[in-house]
Amino acid sequence: MSTLNIVLGGAAGQGINTTEELLTKALKQSGFNIFATKEYMSRVRGGINTTTISISSSPVRSYREKIDILVPFTKGVVDWTGGRLSEDTLILGEKYLEQEIPDGLTHVIVEIEKLAKELGNKLFANTILSGLLFGIVKADKKALKKVVEKKFSSKGEEVAAKNVQAAEKGYELSETICKEYDFSFEIERDSSVCEDIVINGSEAVALGSLNGGCNFVSFYPMSPSTNVAVELANMAEEMGIIVEQFEDEIAASNASIGAWFGGGRGLVTTSGGGFSLMCESLSLAGMSESPVVIHLAQRPGPATGLPTRTAQGDLNLALYAGHGDFPRVMYAPSNIEEAYALSTKAFDTADKFQVPVILLTDEYLVDMYYNVGTLEVNDTVDKHIVEMNSDYKRYKLSKTGISPRGIPGYGEGIIIANGNEHDEYGDTTEETGLTTAMQEKRMKKLEGLKDEALEPFFYGNENYSVLMVSWGSTRDTVKSLVDKYEDKGLAMLHFSQVYPVYDASDYLKKADQIIAVEQNLTGQFADLIHRELDIKISKRILKYDGRQISEEFLEKELSEKGVL
Amino acid sequence: MAKQSKLFDSDRPKSQDISWCPGCGNFGIRNELMDVLEEMQYSPKEVAVISGIGQAGKMPHYLEANGFHTLHGRSLPIATAAKAVNPRLEVIAIGGDGDMFAEGGNHLLHAVKRNPNITVIVHNNQVYGLTKGQGSPTSLPGMKTTTQPWGVYDEPMNSIALVVSQGCSFVARTFMGYKEETKEIIKNAIKHVGFSYVEIFQPCVTFNKVNTFMWYKNNTYFMKDHNVMDKDQAMIKAFEKDPYPLGIFYINKEKPCFDNHLPPYKDSAEPLYKREPDFNKISKKIELKRG
Repeated sequence: MSTLNIVLGGAAGQGINTTEELLTKALKQSGFNIFATKEYMSRVRGGINTTTISISSSPVRSYREKIDILVPFTKGVVDWTGGRLSEDTLILGEKYLEQEIPDGLTHVIVEIEKLAKELGNKLFANTILSGLLFGIVKADKKALKKVVEKKFSSKGEEVAAKNVQAAEKGYELSETICKEYDFSFEIERDSSVCEDIVINGSEAVALGSLNGGCNFVSFYPMSPSTNVAVELANMAEEMGIIVEQFEDEIAASNASIGAWFGGGRGLVTTSGGGFSLMCESLSLAGMSESPVVIHLAQRPGPATGLPTRTAQGDLNLALYAGHGDFPRVMYAPSNIEEAYALSTKAFDTADKFQVPVILLTDEYLVDMYYNVGTLEVNDTVDKHIVEMNSDYKRYKLSKTGISPRGIPGYGEGIIIANGNEHDEYGDTTEETGLTTAMQEKRMKKLEGLKDEALEPFFYGNENYSVLMVSWGSTRDTVKSLVDKYEDKGLAMLHFSQVYPVYDASDYLKKADQIIAVEQNLTGQFADLIHRELDIKISKRILKYDGRQISEEFLEKELSEKGVL
Repeated sequence: MAKQSKLFDSDRPKSQDISWCPGCGNFGIRNELMDVLEEMQYSPKEVAVISGIGQAGKMPHYLEANGFHTLHGRSLPIATAAKAVNPRLEVIAIGGDGDMFAEGGNHLLHAVKRNPNITVIVHNNQVYGLTKGQGSPTSLPGMKTTTQPWGVYDEPMNSIALVVSQGCSFVARTFMGYKEETKEIIKNAIKHVGFSYVEIFQPCVTFNKVNTFMWYKNNTYFMKDHNVMDKDQAMIKAFEKDPYPLGIFYINKEKPCFDNHLPPYKDSAEPLYKREPDFNKISKKIELKRG
């Protein structure tokens, strides 16, 4: 066995997150590759949330639904995960869950609650469970002890020692169970993994932004974008940056424009509903040629939609938001490494071209985490600003459409920025000639932006007949299918920049069939490709139930389309 | 208009072609503001005037100073942030009664709460001028407008009471017709550390035939022997009308100032554009994720 999928399921507030944290940290320290993704309900207590932890001998980047081991913390979990269970699934649960287990499935009764009480507190259950699961994969006992000690050290020596004892109890229990039921999960270890970092999508966006020189963060809380702000707020003192929660998204996005105007490098983090409120300020950024970086973590809409779930439904919103014509850039990171790198790049692009840059992630991406080698840190930030002379013109007409941008107080001149149509100085105008010239000047930047558009990622059979076109967080799941079915002429073309779109006509025209893979109802990106490259993609695999596209889903859809 | 010798009088090609109506109160406010800045020995590059939309919102174009003519009601978050990243800049937000109270009402409320070290000047002419004569949040009951032909029936917004009630750091009201007093108030507002709120009555000669220059003269008076540190007294004064009191209503020295709590300025007041990120610290943050 090379990959084991463990799913923990329980009510919000039951401590799934604690188990997940202990387990994944310790597993990584033991030399296993890990990958975790969760699905959760929009409520503080109760309901059913699950987290899927993949443990593997090689790096895991894609999502598989299949469950090898299910640990239900509460009634209803078995039913909730029903479609993901098979006769190979092992269910580890308390005795009272027995009547819920369908015939044919293996239920190993573990009396963790009883053990926890014996140790003195039912709170130990999560640590016992971590030890149990840890033992099942025969991970390094010492690593677990270290992680548990560290986790509980702030609560005093006694609590830490008790928890270590609990973890050991769990580990012992695994040995008994494995013997009794005669099962073993041998996954090869790789000691180099121990040195990897473990990071989630939100942290990657936060750190990537800092690496891009971000020093001003404004936001209004909204799932699933808030964690980026939480990360940055917790680092604000140390990093010497400004993080402010504003009264609404309108204020947050305008504040960011004000920050860039004053010489800061602002980040706004939001989700679709919040972005809707920012359309007006996006327009202001367009007219005033203000750099702006907006992280838009997508979730299903319209309106409040499914607040805690995932989607790729805001592409059109980001693409068309704001009235009038003005250029913009939209990056859609496909994984954690790209979330980091493109967050950094977003600041440079915004500054260089003085345009809004929208970073489209989604709930799946910001909440997932896995181990990676490292993330490269810059040693400098290119600031595309100039010292103003006494006759400085903020909107000087130029061949590239870019006018040198000044900062108040920097140099002898002054800067006038304006949301009204303006002359070169920034003063309001209604003259036909200037009105035309300024609009063309702004749009001229699109040519430079197209030249710098990121090439899509091509992968698969060079002589492909079927080309899957995807964007954003689905990349590595699509890739796993290409790996599996390359011999069937399968290949993929994945876009991490969705606007302006790189001219990939050559790739697209070569395919017998193009299939768009997207997590929205209509295939928004396929429509964009049609608009931009004049290539129609009529075959579409679309998922819009708020759950991430999985390998199994994609495989089924491809076979229904006769591709496999 | 001929070029004046004033430091803050712009000579940009279109900046002397002022689109305000002859006799508009905005002229007085502009001149008073320019005088104050010059008397306080600021240079244009040290000042940023951030405005919203409306006739008052055009101010940055008729001045020699950094400026940002933003959107309707949005000057306060923009001004707050510009000051936060560039603390050496003297930031003045300007807007009319529609701009600050209607579209920008929520931002005003929260700017008072957040208390950044900026000055806001609200031109209150009790009517919408640029959009040609609709009722504003401060139009008096009975006033007939293009969109309230039956006459305004609701109570005008009492912005002084509103901001005093929220503990605003500095609260004043004046009438642009009192040049020296207005200058003094603006000066005090700029000097004050924290959010300074200055409401300035001004006539709209074209669309408000009720609240004329003479009306403001006859219906206002400057407070005497008023204790500006006393919030209760300020509140009582805020509800006075016929005539309306002018002067500084309230100064709150207890309110924490937003800018004083910003992490970048613990050791240095250097504006952010002059700084580099601390890449070592970013590396360390990443390194921590190994453990």
